[in-house]
Amino acid sequence: MAEKTLMKGNEAIAEAALRAGCRHFFGYPITPQTELAAYMARKMPKIGGTYLQAESEIAAINMLYGASAAGVRAMTSSSSPGISLKTEGISYMAGADLPGVIVNIQRGGPGLGSIQPSQSDYFQATRAMGHGDFFLPVYAPSTVQEMADLTFIAFDVADKYRTPVVILGDGMLGQMMEPVVMPEAIDPSTLPAKEWAASGHAGNRHHNVINSLQLDPQKLYEDNVRRFQTYEEIKRDEARCETYRTEDADIVVAAFGAAARIVRSAVNQAREEDIRAGLFRPITLWPYPVQALRELTPKAFLTVELNMGQMVEDVRLAVEGAAPVSFFGKCGGVLPTPDEVLLEIKKIAEGLGV
Amino acid sequence: MSDERQVFQRPHALLPVVTNYCPGCTHGIAERLVAETLDELDVEGKCIGIAPVGCSVTSYDFFGCDMIEAAHGRAPAVATGVKRSLPDHVVFAYQGDGDLASIGMAETVHAATRGENITIIFINNAIYGMTGGQMAPTSLPMQVTQTSPYGRDLETAGYPIRVCELLSTLDGVAYLERVCLDSPKNIRKAKKAIKHAFQNQVDGVGYSLVEIVSTCPTNWKMTPEAAFEWMRENMLPYYPLGVYKDVQAEGFANAAEAAAARAKGCPLAESASSKGGE
Amino acid sequence: MMAKGRVEIDASFCKGCGLCTIFCPQDILELDGDVITPKGYHPAKCIDEAKCTGCATCALMCPDVAITVYREV
Repeated sequence: MAEKTLMKGNEAIAEAALRAGCRHFFGYPITPQTELAAYMARKMPKIGGTYLQAESEIAAINMLYGASAAGVRAMTSSSSPGISLKTEGISYMAGADLPGVIVNIQRGGPGLGSIQPSQSDYFQATRAMGHGDFFLPVYAPSTVQEMADLTFIAFDVADKYRTPVVILGDGMLGQMMEPVVMPEAIDPSTLPAKEWAASGHAGNRHHNVINSLQLDPQKLYEDNVRRFQTYEEIKRDEARCETYRTEDADIVVAAFGAAARIVRSAVNQAREEDIRAGLFRPITLWPYPVQALRELTPKAFLTVELNMGQMVEDVRLAVEGAAPVSFFGKCGGVLPTPDEVLLEIKKIAEGLGV
Repeated sequence: MSDERQVFQRPHALLPVVTNYCPGCTHGIAERLVAETLDELDVEGKCIGIAPVGCSVTSYDFFGCDMIEAAHGRAPAVATGVKRSLPDHVVFAYQGDGDLASIGMAETVHAATRGENITIIFINNAIYGMTGGQMAPTSLPMQVTQTSPYGRDLETAGYPIRVCELLSTLDGVAYLERVCLDSPKNIRKAKKAIKHAFQNQVDGVGYSLVEIVSTCPTNWKMTPEAAFEWMRENMLPYYPLGVYKDVQAEGFANAAEAAAARAKGCPLAESASSKGGE
Repeated sequence: MMAKGRVEIDASFCKGCGLCTIFCPQDILELDGDVITPKGYHPAKCIDEAKCTGCATCALMCPDVAITVYREV
């Protein structure tokens, strides 16, 4: 029986990455992801790994690009403004079909914003992690346990589909302590060799080239089409979500990450007041669990986010007008309380007459 | 007919591909010298090259070793990621002046100061070639380019960067030499420098960079021969050839030893070197 | 006596830059105005093979690795 330990979310991500066989971490200091890098700085030298504090977020993501191109499991982490800097390298990773795990422990924005928890990078993570036509899997943990589990899975998904993967947390999850059971550690030397990697041909094959440049328009078009075929596979096989008390729900509240924790309490309070509310919690933000959401047939949806309304657009796209979708959220590090969410649920219930 | 032997042939590490370079462009000579070095050190099979953005962006098609194409200026960061993952492999970045000394200056300086055990081949031809001849960080004062049509104005555009001189102050650096390719003699010297820079990596001596003062006949709007003449007349006084740092020539085994000697008297730095000697 | 050499110029690689013709110490290389390669260049050719010493200066200067040099032994 694996042991439960009390860990901070940021540290759980770091430990899970090590257990997934990640031995190369490149980062740059930024609040509120600090504990993650500090954990790596403590652990990596003891296990023959690399902790490298880069000169910038841009350098860090390009070190990740290099390490990944060389065939190893590697990670970088940052928070919102730093992720913006990394988007250059993430686009190149997507274009060169390179795996790699990028952690964003979000803070309030835009600009330098605040260092308080936020979910204001939803659009960035799911739509625009850099220039060009591409998507990448985005995992949104809601507990410290999930921060560990999803990080562990992220490395497998990254390698399987040859894509960068994002762990989208926030300052609240990163700093929070909860008991966690760590996944069983993988010895990186047992991971399958990456035949495509630029790791030296040893005279046994033609050279491998890791590259996102394709000057022939037809070929670039075909590269993109091929990549989007992979995206279809990811959508089919990797979408994840949790539903909570949705079976008979008149009102389904959609929320992810830290916001989902608040909503869960509000849903329970609503149930105590005989309002049939439920929680729909996407665990992958891309691919969005559209199918699972469409299987729900409440009279109304409410989306609760730590931003001014971003995921609500995906909910509306998925629901396709089958039921009204409203939004409630706060941003900048101001968190909505369960009571405030309950009030929103009640307003909708009154409108519906349920 | 009597017996004959080949005295000059294409190096194995340079694939038989017609390059995209303009006639008379010295990129071709520089890449050949790198490839010859990989052959002579017998490291092609464990070598990973990093291509830049610039005219040599497609050099991943030319070198026979495994290759990675980097984002503009990021080659030293990419090389760092590779070298940290495969420390027994030989990693080099091949970069132009815009890539290395403008958009990638932070990556350049920090890879150097970290003392990454990598080799950098730096092509300085004082102009952006691929985009059609704009002012580079190394364009000379009063040099006419597409974006300095009245000549590089020092009051508004500032001064060119001398990369070898700049990097020579950094403790992480083992070897810096500036060479050119305008004659058989200078090509042989350049080859020697490039080989030294790779040998240093194999021997763990540390970060080595060879700056190759080059030409751009197309964007300088000259014949290849006239471009060599212009380079000798204008570039070499500004960018003098020579060795800018060579820790081995100074009597040290590697960059770390040289750095320790320089930091003598700083107790913290001394504790680092005693740790290294354990 | 001077060594006897021979050059092979691969016209598919030659871009007619002329550097070999300028640096050849025997002055026996020139661009062939009668030939235009598929890429549109006049390739270099040896105009007096008897004089070639196989010194490989041409190949050393060639940016396109178009020249292979042989020397009698």
